[in-house]
Amino acid sequence: MKTVLKLFMEAPWSGRFGLLVIAIYIMLAVFAPVLTPFGESEIVADAFEPWGGAYLLGTDNLGRDMFTRLIYGGRNTIGIAFLTTMLAFLVGGVLGFVAAAMGGWIDQLLGRLVDVMMAIPTLIFALLILTITGTSIPVLIVVIALLDSTRVFRLARAVAMNIVVMDYVEAARLRGEGLWWIIWREVLPNAMPPLVAEFGLRFCFVFLFISALSFLGLGIQPPTADWGSMVRDNATLITYGDVTPLLPAGAIALLTVAVNFVVDFFLHKTSGLRDEH
Amino acid sequence: MGSDKKDDSILMSSASRRGFLTGASALGVAAAMAPSSVMAASPKKGGHFRLGLGHGSTTDSLDPATFENLYMQVVGATLRNGLTEVDQNGNLVPELAESFHASPDGRVWSFKLRQGVKFHNGKTMDSGDVIASINHHRGKDSKSAAKKLLQPIIEMKADGPNALVITLQDGNADFPYIISDYHIPIMPKMGNGVDWKSGVGTGAMVLQKYEAGVRTTMKRNPNYFKKGFGHFDSAEVITIADATARTNALTTGEIDAMDKVDLKTAHLLKRRKGLRLLEASGNQHYTFTMRCDTPPFDNVHVRQALKYSIDREAIMKTVLKGHGAIGNDHPISASSPQHASSLPQKSYDIDKAKFHLKKAGMSSLKIDLSAADSAFAGSVDAAILFKEHARPAGIDINVIREPNDGYWSKVWMQKPFCAVYWGGRPTADWMFSTAYAADAAWNDSFWQHPHFNELLLKARAELDTGKRNAMYAEMQQIVSDEGGVLIPMFANYVMAMSDKVEHGDVAANWAMDGFKAIERWWFG
Amino acid sequence: MPQLVKMVVQRLALGLLTLFVVSVIIFLGVELLPGDLTEAILGQSATPETVAAFRRELGLDLPPHTRYLEWLGNILQGDLGRSLANGREISELISWRLYNTLFLAAIAAVIAVPLALVLGVMAALHRNSLFDRVINITTLTSISFPEFFVAYILILFLSVNAGWFPSISNVGSEMPFWDRVFRCILPALTLTLVVVAHMMRMTRAAIINLLASPYIEMANLKGLTRTRIIVRHALPNALAPIINVIVINLAYLVVGVVVVEVVFVYPGMGQLLVDSVSKRDIPVVQSTSMFFAGAFVLLNLLADMLAIVTNPRLLHPK
Repeated sequence: MKTVLKLFMEAPWSGRFGLLVIAIYIMLAVFAPVLTPFGESEIVADAFEPWGGAYLLGTDNLGRDMFTRLIYGGRNTIGIAFLTTMLAFLVGGVLGFVAAAMGGWIDQLLGRLVDVMMAIPTLIFALLILTITGTSIPVLIVVIALLDSTRVFRLARAVAMNIVVMDYVEAARLRGEGLWWIIWREVLPNAMPPLVAEFGLRFCFVFLFISALSFLGLGIQPPTADWGSMVRDNATLITYGDVTPLLPAGAIALLTVAVNFVVDFFLHKTSGLRDEH
Repeated sequence: MGSDKKDDSILMSSASRRGFLTGASALGVAAAMAPSSVMAASPKKGGHFRLGLGHGSTTDSLDPATFENLYMQVVGATLRNGLTEVDQNGNLVPELAESFHASPDGRVWSFKLRQGVKFHNGKTMDSGDVIASINHHRGKDSKSAAKKLLQPIIEMKADGPNALVITLQDGNADFPYIISDYHIPIMPKMGNGVDWKSGVGTGAMVLQKYEAGVRTTMKRNPNYFKKGFGHFDSAEVITIADATARTNALTTGEIDAMDKVDLKTAHLLKRRKGLRLLEASGNQHYTFTMRCDTPPFDNVHVRQALKYSIDREAIMKTVLKGHGAIGNDHPISASSPQHASSLPQKSYDIDKAKFHLKKAGMSSLKIDLSAADSAFAGSVDAAILFKEHARPAGIDINVIREPNDGYWSKVWMQKPFCAVYWGGRPTADWMFSTAYAADAAWNDSFWQHPHFNELLLKARAELDTGKRNAMYAEMQQIVSDEGGVLIPMFANYVMAMSDKVEHGDVAANWAMDGFKAIERWWFG
Repeated sequence: MPQLVKMVVQRLALGLLTLFVVSVIIFLGVELLPGDLTEAILGQSATPETVAAFRRELGLDLPPHTRYLEWLGNILQGDLGRSLANGREISELISWRLYNTLFLAAIAAVIAVPLALVLGVMAALHRNSLFDRVINITTLTSISFPEFFVAYILILFLSVNAGWFPSISNVGSEMPFWDRVFRCILPALTLTLVVVAHMMRMTRAAIINLLASPYIEMANLKGLTRTRIIVRHALPNALAPIINVIVINLAYLVVGVVVVEVVFVYPGMGQLLVDSVSKRDIPVVQSTSMFFAGAFVLLNLLADMLAIVTNPRLLHPK
């Protein structure tokens, strides 16, 4: 707790803002059942009730409370996006480092495998797999994570390649350090910044991917609320200047900005530069 | 405009039905009346009409045997004609036929063809073309969607170049309706088959360029045989799958008319200057279909419990935004003269639902309901509403959103309880024998009701309209009470167009003025 | 440079292998999907009889491996075959759509790549300034909106309200070049908004990452200007990850734009692929996938070559 507080005090305003927003989102997600006036899928009124009164943000196309859906949507979406991104980075990052550090046939094998996966358009790949496996949440997480991990792999490998040809890694090898030691002590710390920057973006790409999947009718099973599908369901309204779809889209945007502010703050800290302000 | 179509019958009057069986004279009158009586204002010629449709795929082809979406249906109906057609007011009238009549038992049908009708390539249409066009769907190697419809034909014979005789296995008063089906247009004979590749027909427009899934351009057929139709100089049909893109294209003047208005925003679209909505209510209905051969739906009380635990009004209001009518668990719409109006409307009644559930020996029920946008737009929403409605009756419906892809092969007629749409058929006999008869290929509720099947055969051969309709009424009652199909609503066809576009009465048998908007509409 | 040539040849060979594996995976994937072309096309009107007749006509009654080998044999002779659904030559079906796809990708890339690099360098140069923040927030917001939503918003403002651009980009095959460009502006802008943030942020991060390196410190001590340090010293060394991200985004512009195609009614390859998958038109799916995979392999090779050119040490693995 203390370190978090210290971090917070140390951060520039953008970093503070980011941390604050993330904290609020987490609170909302954790305490969703307490904070919301209605149940997640409860139909409480007619469709498209106006804002205000009993329904803070009005009701959606089925007459469910928008505010409630938004908060539950956050809980589901953030949870899924976080798990997916972590899994993607775990798989893609580790394999990328291994490929770069070991080289040879392992590098070739992994590289070609990833090439094959990336050479198939993502949406089509997802369509093929999800149509066959169904779209339960665990399957969705694993499939999106696997597809995303190919991108992470490429980046991790590219960054690590530049590191493993450095003299200090050469020296470590000559000292007889093992593969994992090199990855853990030399590659990871030096590869961290671009990977963290990537994390900030990949995280929000998951929301977008889920929303693109709902284009094909493959999204999260109803009546579970998620921001991606909420944007999709109400998107037509924007053509008439109705701001309803901006609510979930704005929620995604705010979180994206916040996460990336924190990422920037981290990059700034690790770059070892003196604060020039 | 719009909902005033509701009361128009899409079926012919009983007088003309009898006309089929008694001779050609009555039909001659109907044919003569059709072109002139329907136009309110006199149409102007000219202009380039652009129609944006939410259908069309790069896999489409000009072969009518494989037509499966509105895009090809509209293009097909503009390039080609059938022997008969359903006109704007729902009457069956001869099209390429001049007249037709049946033997007293309804088995032998004689068609007299219009003389001197020319195909776009200059060839004169004759009975050989008609026979080849019908044979295109028959035979062992036919892959046609109309094969089943034409199965009862046992013999076809040309009676000179301008007449033919078709013999059926059993009498069928509805045969002229069947021959008007969009799969069965008349195309020029070529070798042993027909020439469908060129798009040559007798229709109001001549094909210029066809790019599957993108656009079709056509220009006026100067020799069109139907007087008073085919007003545009040229026309273009564009595939615009996304509803928002379609709406934007209409708003910005990229197209002149569109189909499938997004119902959620229809009220907003209506307010836009220079645009208007056009609505037609016909036979299109949405169902939740239960497989009667699978527990728990094999128990009629379970089916009845479900039929009482759905709030049809609420679903119609929410999912269709009022652009439709509530259903009563049988497929015959209120606009049909065969509709049984005396049948009591099922209401949302939790007590009755609980009563039937108890009769089925259950106190609660847990079932899966499969839905997807490809079943019908909004089916997932409808299923979620149903779930909420049924909860107080002790019925827990678990809604499963199936992938759009593969819905018709993996879910429909496979899963025990799923959402389905039906375009509807023009007659009760056609509808019932398509999806409710025990031996029907698409009996998607797997429903076996001996008395119903008996009535169906009896009604088909019955010549007295009163007696026939009484039988159809009884069948509607049986389907409604005991059948496996829950029909919460009938959906209107909702289109939108620029104010420049004018039209007469609008047919409700199919979308886009019975597919014939391009030959029937004009610029004012 | 002979090593570079050797690498290119080697990679091209491996690229062919990749294509082969992709074709097998796609074929199996589509085979595993429920239903086949006949059922997909006949839909609600399928009966066992018509389905069987249809299958016979198209040769779909043959076992899968026979059909795959036949396809492979034909494609090795340069024959893409015909669409099962409408019998049209696939080469003819694909060629103008391929042109459309590359055309749109090119316009988007011409706008997006320089923009991303300039913004990224400027953001790194003036990091933590107001400029940096504004660019950051703007690009982040634009990528957190789904593509179709960005497209709807652009259409609302630039087409429906302002009337500057057409709302749909249904280009025709005989359209003059500049008309075509004009019709493509909105989809290209949409794609630009979608890809710029990713490339720009990577540029910024990669440069900042290097600013602490000893040689940059050295340049600092020598009293060089910050612009000169970043453009002349930091940027060249930061190129590897930047190029990688640019290539991923270029590949995306070619391969991943089906949603934009749908919203703008643009006749590109993505739409063709999705339609063909949903109808199980396997030869078309295969050929389209081959083009996508080929584009990806080539772009990838380009990225690796550029990475080597910028850091020749990569050519000498231990």
